[in-house]
Amino acid sequence: MPLLKTRNRKGRSRDAGAHRPAPRRQPSPRPSGQPPLVSVEDATVVYPGGHVALERLSLSIDRGEFVFVTGPTGCGKSTLVKALIRDIEPAAGRVRIAGKDINSMPHDRTPYLRRRIGTVFQDFKLLPNRTVYDNVAYALQVIGEPRSQIRRKTPEILRLVGLQAKIHNYPDELSGGEQQRVAIARAFVNHPPLLLADEPTGNLDPETSIGIMQLLYRINRTGTTVLVVTHDREMVDKMRRRVIAIEEGRLVRDQAGGGYHDESTTEFAARIRAEMGVAGGGATNGRS
Amino acid sequence: MGRVVFFLSEAFRALRRSAAPSVAAIVTIVVTTLLLGVLVPVLKASESKASEVRDQIGLEIFLYRDASGAEIEALEKKLAVVPHVTAAAFCSPECAKKQLTGELKGDLEGSISELNSNPLPPSFDLTLDDPDNIEAVRAALLPPNDAGKPTPISAAIDPPIGEDRENAQIIREVTADVKYVLIGISALLLVASLLLVANTIRLSIYARRREVEVMRLVGATNWFIRWPFMIEGIIVGLIGAGLAVGILWVLKVTVVDSLSSFNLVDNVSTMAFGPLVAMLVAAAVLVSALGSGITLRRFLRV
Repeated sequence: MPLLKTRNRKGRSRDAGAHRPAPRRQPSPRPSGQPPLVSVEDATVVYPGGHVALERLSLSIDRGEFVFVTGPTGCGKSTLVKALIRDIEPAAGRVRIAGKDINSMPHDRTPYLRRRIGTVFQDFKLLPNRTVYDNVAYALQVIGEPRSQIRRKTPEILRLVGLQAKIHNYPDELSGGEQQRVAIARAFVNHPPLLLADEPTGNLDPETSIGIMQLLYRINRTGTTVLVVTHDREMVDKMRRRVIAIEEGRLVRDQAGGGYHDESTTEFAARIRAEMGVAGGGATNGRS
Repeated sequence: MGRVVFFLSEAFRALRRSAAPSVAAIVTIVVTTLLLGVLVPVLKASESKASEVRDQIGLEIFLYRDASGAEIEALEKKLAVVPHVTAAAFCSPECAKKQLTGELKGDLEGSISELNSNPLPPSFDLTLDDPDNIEAVRAALLPPNDAGKPTPISAAIDPPIGEDRENAQIIREVTADVKYVLIGISALLLVASLLLVANTIRLSIYARRREVEVMRLVGATNWFIRWPFMIEGIIVGLIGAGLAVGILWVLKVTVVDSLSSFNLVDNVSTMAFGPLVAMLVAAAVLVSALGSGITLRRFLRV
């Protein structure tokens, strides 16, 4: 049985240009007998030097959820992301992905775990000497994907993030928002069931940020669980999604976003734009 | 197949980008391989020369010309029981003259026949089980008398015993010393090349830390991340070995082959060029692979 399963559903397209949109209600009722996609149990992470980054943190995220993790700088948000991809191991407690304790599996299995988790960072982590296409294709090359698959998947995912026109540009020829779209394309090209975004809008202006959030929301609507780490409290409150707040390594708030309803990506973006007071300037960031 | 192409293109991309350290590593490998390529045949030759000398090491016991047949017979019996002596061949003055005639050539050959009488003394040629036991045998033949002075076991023996053979011993010791010094130098050079390849790979890892980070994030397996660096190191080794072999070949054609017509070089048994090249290339590749491997273990946590 595969470790994780992508839950891509075929559905009618409500959002023009959307990639396999799957309208679904949130939060999804957990199918009986299926463990939560992410489950952190009493995890304590101590860095060398004695700094306690996470202290007995417990949380659980179901498949298909869109979750924000917030907190001030240095509260342990990024440590949580690192713990989820087994970049660091907790000194105590457990991290389970799809019911499996990732820290008890053999180390040579870690790469296969990471193939099922997309990761996006504030600094994009693009390779400056490769084109947009090559940056995305690189992620497929290094996991040994056959060339025919790379040729098929790469343009497809770049179309999804709205960058089909910039396919041969280098990262430094793109705006910040466009670069983050490339990073998201790279993280999502394998359609992982879980997408982690660590401060994806940290370097971006509000209008561009909304575009990125809209893209993440659209990805979430294909069935992918999305976890966004941000310190932007204002944005989070407007999104009306589940918010997990961490302070000094401890969970201080876990609140299911009140009153949000199933909405299309365009509705979503229009609402956020209105609530954040950003002028709805039509097409966002190169989505033609 | 696609993977191999990917690894190779990544390795060459890295080599192009960090040209200076790569060139440094390649040059060191060239120098090391070149030295090894000269040293190994020289060592081989000195080895064969040394063993030739070694085989000659025996003991010759000269007797007084007036030694009687009974004395010689008695001595022969005594020699047979001396430890480490495997054979004791008696050589009469006639036999000694024949041997000398065989050893001398040219003008001197005729001069022997001009002697009126045979001035050569009779002797025993002792063959030893191991040349290293030469001192023990000599001590057994010259046990100390009551006054503590070494005295031959037979009155027929004309001391000293085997002094003229000590030159062979000296040659043997010197060649052994030279051998150790040369082996020491090659070992140091090998270590230097290994460290320089390791350093090149370390710089390459540093230059490509973003790639490595991305590879880890998207779930490339450890060996998928390591292979391009490993191949980069091996390419450095191959280029270095190739250049060195080229230089060696030129040296062989211009120096060794032309000297061999003077019978200076080819009478010592040494290595054929083919096996030598194979050995050098293998050594260079092994050293560079080791260098890369060590660095990858230390600096590429995956």
